[in-house]
Amino acid sequence: MTTAPTMAAPMAERGLVGTLGRAGLVQILLIANTFLMLFPVVIMVFSGFKSNVEIFQQPFAIPDFTNLENFVRIATETTFPRYMFNSIFVTGTSIGLILMLGTMAAYAIGRYEFFGASFLLLFFIAGLTLPLKLAIIPLFILFRDMGILNTHLSLIAVYVAMGLPSTVFIMTGFLRSLPRELEDAARMDGASEARIMFKIMLPLCKPALIISAIHNLVPIWNDFFFPLVFIQQDSLKTLPQGLTTFIGEYNTDWGVMFAGLTLAALPITVLYIILSRQFINGMTSGALK
Amino acid sequence: MLNFRLTGRGLWIAFLIIPPLAVMVTFVAYPIVSALAYAFYDWNGLQRGEFVWFENFRIVLFQEPFAEWTRRAFMHNVIVFFSLMVVQNGFGFILAYALWREPFGAAFHRVAVFLPVVLSTVIIGFLWKLFFHPIFGVVNQSLRAVGLDDLAQPWLGQSETALGALIFVNAWAWVGFPTLVFLAGLQRIPPELLDAARMETDNEWILIRKIVWPLIAPSATIVFILLFIGSFNWFELPYIMVGLDGSPFGSTDVLGLYFYRTAFGNQSAGVQDFGQGSALAVLIFAFIAVVAAFWTVRLRRREIQI
Repeated sequence: MTTAPTMAAPMAERGLVGTLGRAGLVQILLIANTFLMLFPVVIMVFSGFKSNVEIFQQPFAIPDFTNLENFVRIATETTFPRYMFNSIFVTGTSIGLILMLGTMAAYAIGRYEFFGASFLLLFFIAGLTLPLKLAIIPLFILFRDMGILNTHLSLIAVYVAMGLPSTVFIMTGFLRSLPRELEDAARMDGASEARIMFKIMLPLCKPALIISAIHNLVPIWNDFFFPLVFIQQDSLKTLPQGLTTFIGEYNTDWGVMFAGLTLAALPITVLYIILSRQFINGMTSGALK
Repeated sequence: MLNFRLTGRGLWIAFLIIPPLAVMVTFVAYPIVSALAYAFYDWNGLQRGEFVWFENFRIVLFQEPFAEWTRRAFMHNVIVFFSLMVVQNGFGFILAYALWREPFGAAFHRVAVFLPVVLSTVIIGFLWKLFFHPIFGVVNQSLRAVGLDDLAQPWLGQSETALGALIFVNAWAWVGFPTLVFLAGLQRIPPELLDAARMETDNEWILIRKIVWPLIAPSATIVFILLFIGSFNWFELPYIMVGLDGSPFGSTDVLGLYFYRTAFGNQSAGVQDFGQGSALAVLIFAFIAVVAAFWTVRLRRREIQI
């Protein structure tokens, strides 16, 4: 531990703070960073409305937003809409199954006392730390033997397996925090276990279910690795994978490429802007205890 | 509606737990265990051959040219990890610290910094690949626009700059994650504690080192470990931006690419070897697991010693 940085840092800061003020310095830093974050995205959107010549000669100019030629070409000439549909189907089905199966496991572990419950929780949570990518060879062979290579089922199976650990973790924690009196009262009234779960406990779980859904939504929607290995047939490709095919076909047509990237980014970006708080909570939730 | 109480609570619990458990056993536990087993067999395409003990491990670790490729890829992962530790996590902490003061527009800046995190690596990779184009790319166009023509260069096309460019893109895309995890940690520091510390010293640097940093140690632990795991699993971004061979001349080859090439072959050389691929997967996994476990224990100990 040297004292040099300890001495130098406050002095440098005092110098800058003297001229700009601490708040001014913070503002400059944040504005510069936000510019660096948004500028590439803005250029991407702008370029989607331009022709090759415009992109090469005036890369930073504001385009004519009524020129939808690139987007029309994508909608009519390519299988892009198909990729989008596949992604929505695979992601939606996976999230549905993850929430259903995850809640079932979490409910059993979190609301009942039975032999091996804590071991089961540990088993599920262990999955959080395993990078399933490294088991791609056995998964490939397993799916070949099951005959589901080159189908959406293979992707859904992996995504559900990937999503369960975090969901069980989040949901168990949440379900355990709910007061026991609630279900005891219902039980006294003669409600069945299933009825207690569906009518009383699950409606209370909505915030935790949303966190779990978003926590899984982004990695599944964006995944590229598993389709790369499992899916060959073009009509079954998901958006990120289809994008590589699409870029390969249009690699001299910059306007179309940028328009494709813009379209691919659009659904998740819109959703993120509407639900930014939930997105940020959901995606950092695995990291926060 | 069936009344499950009649058939017993045990049956109800089994009904709840068995389906999710079956998914985990089939698609997580079994493949992970198989990955270990497969590494000890000789493979002929997709057909499993004889049990060959540690032969696959010997080849990837000690037999040239495989050993050289393994070493080179591993060294690149090490560089990626340490660079991102400084750039991505370091800058993330500075941004979190700035946002923590809730300056004007903090909510907007928070949303902006996290935006690339929700975008697919494929989109980010292609976008920056176009931006790094030597002639028409925005990066070189910007440099020329401000008179720095000498700095304009084929960033992804030369060995000296390609890995650095990839690291930059990764940091750009992911800096929002450490930023917001650190920010959440900062926001949980009790204000009384800071007020008390401020009475003792005006020095912001001492405050950060002695009070703030130790108190957000749990956030640091998780950010460090996740970056470590991510760096040694790095695949999508280099695959999109520099291709499966880690071009130019293998200067961006990392373990993820090397593993994929070995297991599934590439377009030019269609050789695929599940045995050597499995051996690599096991080695990468063991390395990540051992280092992450030891490091977590060390970092956790730091958390307690506040």
